[in-house]
Amino acid sequence: MMELINPLLLAVILINFYTLGSARLVACIRVVAIQGALLALLPLLSHGMTFHAMLLAAEAFCFKGVVIPWLLLRAIRRVRIRREMEPIVGFVPTLILGVLTTVGAFLFADLLPLAPEHHDGMFVPTALATMFSGFLLLITRRKAITQILGYLMLENGIFIFAVLLSAAMPVMVEAGILLDLLVGVFVMGIVVNQISREFSTINTERLTALKE
Amino acid sequence: MLLLLILFPLAVALLALLLPWYQARSWLLPVSGGLHLCIAGISVAGSDYTSSPWIGLDALSSLVLIVTSLLYAGCAFYAVGYLNLRRDRGNETIVPCLLVFLSAMTLAISARHLGLLWMAVETTTLASAPLIYYNRNRLSIEATWKYLLLCSVGIALALLGILFIAYAALVGGDMPISLQLDTLLDNAAQLSRPWLHAGFVFLLVGFGTKMGLAPLHSWKPDAYGEAPGMVGALLAGGLTSVAFLAILRAVQLMTAAGDGAMARQALLGMGLLSLLLAAIFMVRQPDIKRLLAYSSVEHMGILAIGVGIGGLATFGAMLHLVNNALTKGCLFLSAGNIQRAYDSKRLSRVHGALATLPISGGVFLAGFLAITGSPPFGLFMSEFTILRGIFGNGQFWIGLLMILLLAMVFIGMGATVLTATQGEPVKLESAYKDSFLLVISPLIFLLMVLLLGVYLPEPLQRALREAAALLEVQP
Repeated sequence: MMELINPLLLAVILINFYTLGSARLVACIRVVAIQGALLALLPLLSHGMTFHAMLLAAEAFCFKGVVIPWLLLRAIRRVRIRREMEPIVGFVPTLILGVLTTVGAFLFADLLPLAPEHHDGMFVPTALATMFSGFLLLITRRKAITQILGYLMLENGIFIFAVLLSAAMPVMVEAGILLDLLVGVFVMGIVVNQISREFSTINTERLTALKE
Repeated sequence: MLLLLILFPLAVALLALLLPWYQARSWLLPVSGGLHLCIAGISVAGSDYTSSPWIGLDALSSLVLIVTSLLYAGCAFYAVGYLNLRRDRGNETIVPCLLVFLSAMTLAISARHLGLLWMAVETTTLASAPLIYYNRNRLSIEATWKYLLLCSVGIALALLGILFIAYAALVGGDMPISLQLDTLLDNAAQLSRPWLHAGFVFLLVGFGTKMGLAPLHSWKPDAYGEAPGMVGALLAGGLTSVAFLAILRAVQLMTAAGDGAMARQALLGMGLLSLLLAAIFMVRQPDIKRLLAYSSVEHMGILAIGVGIGGLATFGAMLHLVNNALTKGCLFLSAGNIQRAYDSKRLSRVHGALATLPISGGVFLAGFLAITGSPPFGLFMSEFTILRGIFGNGQFWIGLLMILLLAMVFIGMGATVLTATQGEPVKLESAYKDSFLLVISPLIFLLMVLLLGVYLPEPLQRALREAAALLEVQP
């Protein structure tokens, strides 16, 4: 099953690019959901069918692949917004930046003092690239929903790294971390809803009353 | 015992969701706050420090637990009076959230596993977001969004830092791959250095965001400014201490691995930057609650400097943690009263508070003297101890810089506070009056800070010494 890991991680990177380059929010939420679902397979592929891996996969699939995207889709249906209009940095520049950071992540991962068994795999560079893409989304977009997507991608990147270390993370803690993520997105969704009700937009550039 | 301490607030939160009576729901807060303080006192006094792999107390966490619990109990009594004033806004959400917040803080304090610690700290963020949003207006939405996003992203970086530490164990070989704190501390020498250092940096950035160290403090003035006074008190006195404890765990790990000097350097740098930025933004600050938020950034900086210097200054920092939490409680609660009375927290409307509201205004003014380190209050003692540690260590310029910045803070803060408190009494438009429940907690906090300045009881001294010893190099 190990041979499936690299194509899967490649798909994760392609999804990063798609999200960075697309203006359609619904499509973005869907592909991030697919990314989460693909990542849920990762523990099974790398650790085999152990109890721990299966439990982690099931949780990740439920939360990242199903419930969180459903929450986000519901939130944008309520606020009736479909497209990310004028982003702070254009789509093409962010895409180019995304490609550059991904290349950088691959070069950088070669320099890291990794354990011998991780030297050839794509785990670490993919994790870094996904985290960078998440950061790019957080910084360059104005819509609160896209910022939540950026946060999710950041967490996805951390998840890839965490799969390497499942010995250190007991089942209970993993479940708790994923639950925190879920509740976090839920609370953020509520706040987005309130933002749209008060300001009749979910562009966060209107949130500038508080400053020195 | 400890498990009970974590679980019973959750049970009470559930009860609060079901209770239909407004008053009864409000009174759940002081009841659980008082109970929490009692059980915490018994657990700490027992001090056998037997810990399961998951939760347990040591000298550091006992100190933070008692301080947080004390602050929470005071704020909980205040909350009854406050929620009576805010019948229009209701207490259906705030009471359960406050209780979940208490439970999450207790879990974060007593966690012995880094993963569990992370989980609990993230839960505190989520539980406190509705507290900041209590006033439900545009400004509080903005503050809540910034708080939620910045702290969540910051905490995500802390998770990465924790994973790096686990990876350090994996690469280091020859030790069990675990995030259990005692296992890590015992085997710290085997950890792979580059990954440990990277992990420390990410932990410092992540939990530093939560603690509000500059330059990661940008959410702080907004969140503290828009949240109700008692929430500000709990965040500034309780939650920041918890985040500081999380950073101290990372320092402990670095010290055990023999790289304590690097960790201290990083803390010292961030501490000085916090002090500098806070001092700059406090000058001519027209908003009393934002002023207190910058004061919180300043004191987080002082804590970081104290631990960054080490030795006697670490002892001072531990004492400062206690003093800061109590004084912040006193200041935020009295500022909340002033805001209720004037229906504003900006200097354009708030003046003559001392004459108009003798108790709240007086406590606010005395709290200002305490927080800026005037004798005879406790903060004078702790800041003096830290400075003695700095000069005793031969770091003359750092000490001088700190004194200069503290003087600047005193002048900047004084200008705003004196404008707010001095002057002719004002005819208030609101029906607010100082009532027993609204003034007793800040008064008690103030009295305790005063006592700590005059006399440091022997058991407390011992506890502080033991806590500081945990951060020093083990022979």
